[in-house]
Amino acid sequence: MALRGARSTLNPTKLKNAFDRRSFVVSTAMGGIGVLLATRMAYLSIGENEKYRTEAESNRVNLTLIPPRRGWILDRNGAPLASNRADFRVDIIPERMNNPDATIEQLGTLLGLETDRINDIKSKVEASRGFRPIEVASGLAYQDFAAVSVRLPDLPGVVPQRGFSRYYPTGPTVGHLIGYVGPASAEEYELDRNPLLITPGYKIGKDGMEKQFEQTLRGVPGARRVEVTASGRIVRDLETREDIQGNAVRLTIDGPLQDYAARRIGLESGSVVVMDCQTGDLLCMASMPSFDPNSFSDGIGSIEYSMLREDERVPLRNKVLKGLYPPGSTVKPMVSMAFLKEGIDPDETVFCGGGLRVGNRVFRCWNRRGHGQVNMAKAIYQSCDVYYYHLAQRIGMDPIAAMNRRCGLGEEFPLPVTSQFYGTVPDPEWKLKKFGREWQAFDTVNATIGQGYMLASPLQLAVSAARVATGRHVMPRLTMDTPPKGFDQVDFPPQHVAYVRQAMSDVVNGPGTAGRGRLPFDDILMAGKTGTAQVVSLNISDGRSGPWKYRDHGLFTFFAPFDNPRYAGAVVIEHGGGSGAAYPIARDVMTFLFDPRQGLEKLRALEAQWGGNAQERLSAKYAAYAEARGEIVSAPPRRDEDIFARVEAEARSAAEQSEEIAEQAVTPRPEAAPRGEPRPSPIELIQNEAQP
Amino acid sequence: MSRFGEPANTSLIPAPIARQPWGMLIPLFLLVIFGAAVLYSAAGGAMQPFASSHLIRFAVFMLMAAIIASLPHPFVKFMTYPAYGIVLLLLLAVEIVGAIGGGSQRWLDLGFMRLQPSEIMKPVVVLALARFFSSLPPGMVGSWQALALPGVLIGLPMALVLMQPDLGTSLAVAFGGAVVMLLAGLPIKWFAAGGAVAAVAAPIAFFFGLQDYQQRRVTTFLDPESDPLGAGYHITQSKIAIGSGGITGKGFNQGSQSHLDYLPEPHTDFVFSTMAEEWGFIGGMFVMLMFALILRWGWRVASASNDRFSMLLAGGATATIFFYIAINLMMVMGLAPVVGIPLPWMSHGGSSMLTNMICIGLLMMVNRWNRMAPRRGLSS
Repeated sequence: MALRGARSTLNPTKLKNAFDRRSFVVSTAMGGIGVLLATRMAYLSIGENEKYRTEAESNRVNLTLIPPRRGWILDRNGAPLASNRADFRVDIIPERMNNPDATIEQLGTLLGLETDRINDIKSKVEASRGFRPIEVASGLAYQDFAAVSVRLPDLPGVVPQRGFSRYYPTGPTVGHLIGYVGPASAEEYELDRNPLLITPGYKIGKDGMEKQFEQTLRGVPGARRVEVTASGRIVRDLETREDIQGNAVRLTIDGPLQDYAARRIGLESGSVVVMDCQTGDLLCMASMPSFDPNSFSDGIGSIEYSMLREDERVPLRNKVLKGLYPPGSTVKPMVSMAFLKEGIDPDETVFCGGGLRVGNRVFRCWNRRGHGQVNMAKAIYQSCDVYYYHLAQRIGMDPIAAMNRRCGLGEEFPLPVTSQFYGTVPDPEWKLKKFGREWQAFDTVNATIGQGYMLASPLQLAVSAARVATGRHVMPRLTMDTPPKGFDQVDFPPQHVAYVRQAMSDVVNGPGTAGRGRLPFDDILMAGKTGTAQVVSLNISDGRSGPWKYRDHGLFTFFAPFDNPRYAGAVVIEHGGGSGAAYPIARDVMTFLFDPRQGLEKLRALEAQWGGNAQERLSAKYAAYAEARGEIVSAPPRRDEDIFARVEAEARSAAEQSEEIAEQAVTPRPEAAPRGEPRPSPIELIQNEAQP
Repeated sequence: MSRFGEPANTSLIPAPIARQPWGMLIPLFLLVIFGAAVLYSAAGGAMQPFASSHLIRFAVFMLMAAIIASLPHPFVKFMTYPAYGIVLLLLLAVEIVGAIGGGSQRWLDLGFMRLQPSEIMKPVVVLALARFFSSLPPGMVGSWQALALPGVLIGLPMALVLMQPDLGTSLAVAFGGAVVMLLAGLPIKWFAAGGAVAAVAAPIAFFFGLQDYQQRRVTTFLDPESDPLGAGYHITQSKIAIGSGGITGKGFNQGSQSHLDYLPEPHTDFVFSTMAEEWGFIGGMFVMLMFALILRWGWRVASASNDRFSMLLAGGATATIFFYIAINLMMVMGLAPVVGIPLPWMSHGGSSMLTNMICIGLLMMVNRWNRMAPRRGLSS
């Protein structure tokens, strides 16, 4: 062996010494590691004890929130518009199911669920993970609930339980006003990091009052502390705290009136607003057609959603706040107030020969034959356009626009609503800014008869009626705990108010345009103003027949009694073919307000012809729709909010429709029943609709 | 009793009992009994299925250790290489059975037990290396032959075990072998060079040699919070169990981490965490003290050895036991990646108990040789 020099000296003794040295080093190193481990252990169990004790505890204990019962939404008399219903419900926990599809089918048979509902549940189960419950059905009859309960051993993962679900007794008639509830979305949880929002079974307000008063209605959740294993199995209960129900919200809405008005709209698409002139209370904000908020609470089905979405009458839009219409002749009392303020003598007459030349265009009165000599009162009750064309040019647009604004047009009211559109009151400055064009004389002419660029919501029209009727700057209110406002501010002098009141009474009770609008009472006279708003130019449609969406809007603003106004309001019927579609509704709603029995008799007769009340018709329509469509329906959007975002966009584009004809000479449409000729009955209206 | 557990001259106790190495046996029995208590709790307060089989296995393997301890010196030296060959063939057989059966398999089913040849390989490698260096002329310890054959002796089983794949066991084989080579007096600069090579090779091995799940274990070890619900879950839950125990623990059968299934493998790899949650820092110190006593006895047996074979064998066996303890404890306390090495005499599981009891048997055997032939020259 050719060893290197140093190595040749190796011998057993040296190796033994090396062993002793190295074994000492190795065992010392081992001891060092032992010390390190002991130190680490002391650090973990003594130094960090508190931290890890907390973590072990949060592992062990699972806090389950018990969703609080939601506060009720009451009408002005304390009747519930939204309440809670003790509820038998069945949920499934996908993770615990052996054969989800078979179990869901079995549940569907037991509970009598429809095929599309079963398919909805199956797709939810596929999309979900973990042990979050999915609702199968709620509002079950006890025998169905019991049928599931006794079969539990064969149905792993099925959880029948008692809970509470939101209940809207009048269904679709309060849909837009009250809104609906649903499970919180990821975005809502981002905004409000309340763990309650992700508790299964808890639903937050998604629209309307439910959303606006969410914090008031919410209440305090109960809690159940349970010991759980890593896989989520509950070992035992530790403690339970009861929930505290949310506070009630009391609205100024008159529940029955709301229901009546919504039902009275019938087959039309439109809205009715009624206000109390003495307090500004909004008694009724009906918008139809609507959706049933009860079906939104359980998560809307795909067929029902596509039915609502495909309806050209946009049942998902709250037309009271988000419907914008050219106000048509309903602006005339306001324009008259502007004339009076500018010092025009109401007895001054203008000759109406059926039209007036402005620049190089002839603007026609709705009455081609002309009204002859017209003073202000006649101009209001006969709705003479030439009178306004003539005098408006004398005072100019600015005083008229200012008066429209004072009456509430273009105004956003301080109301607890999720959104309101405030429309347009055009003036020279506005037009220049928006379109970069100068204001023309014909713009003034169009604006004085509520056409052109002018747009208003039914709520604004109702407020304008209340302000004209009282002469006060009435502010609407929606909850009983807001103080009435605006009554100390006098908008119009009493003699102006008295003059316009009388003229508006003559619209209904005298030789006016709404002769069939008389209330069936000798001692209560209703005053009002008809309006017919053109939406497309004359060469597309005559406004009364043809495709529904080209027909004129029918409008009516009113107050009663005319000499001491107590109630004021507005009715707007979309594409109703003229004001004749609007004022009979106002008449019946006011009849109901003063004499409910007489009002209901009329409604019952009508509903018998229409095929049931609003809720019944909606159910029947849904049934027919689902049958016709079978299962070929588009999937609903991921979140319910998306539905409303889309509708809002549509609402805006619908409002712009009349902007397209703003530059044209509007030919006013014949007013409702100038000679008191009978209006077509609702049946005829339906028949007209059926044959475009 | 003397410090080496040798018989005392007083004869109140019968000689066959008195001459047993009680300095090691008492800590060992205490550990096994304590381990059984922890397993009783891990089973939710029942002897079945862990605690009773733990005790039975220990009894059986203790008997085996006693038999090993009684083997004569020449016989062991004679049988070392054949034994190494047989175990290597068994390892190969596992590979073949696994390849035929499809998928990786680490054990052979002998009918009455499942034998993991890789476990037996750990003490056998130590034996073979001790045998090799005891017969290597002292002058050749610094030559290439001192490295070549031991390299093969360690490398073959390592390669076979890695193919299973079982990183933890192959590292244990390497560690035992390396300690024997270090104690055999190989030039220290070779170890320095080996360390340098390992430092370079480790990243390469990490990226090309490790399975996906093994890579994840290493990255997770470096940053457990990066994957709190995946691979980091084990380490995190183990630290919570140990940390929440405090000084005195939550009490016997009161551990929530183990009883509610938050702690993974509460009866095998993470048995120390199960123990620490219920017995606290005091329990942990007791277990570490018992291990320290056993290991110290092992080193003393090595130092008191009469010949090079015994000396290296005892040192290697002690190092093998130490490797189990250290890696397991570092793992459960978040100082090492999760490698799946159980804690000797506490974890439930036959194979690791077998390995460690073989090591104990070998140590007792060397201890007996030392006692029978008092120290003389260093010729072997």
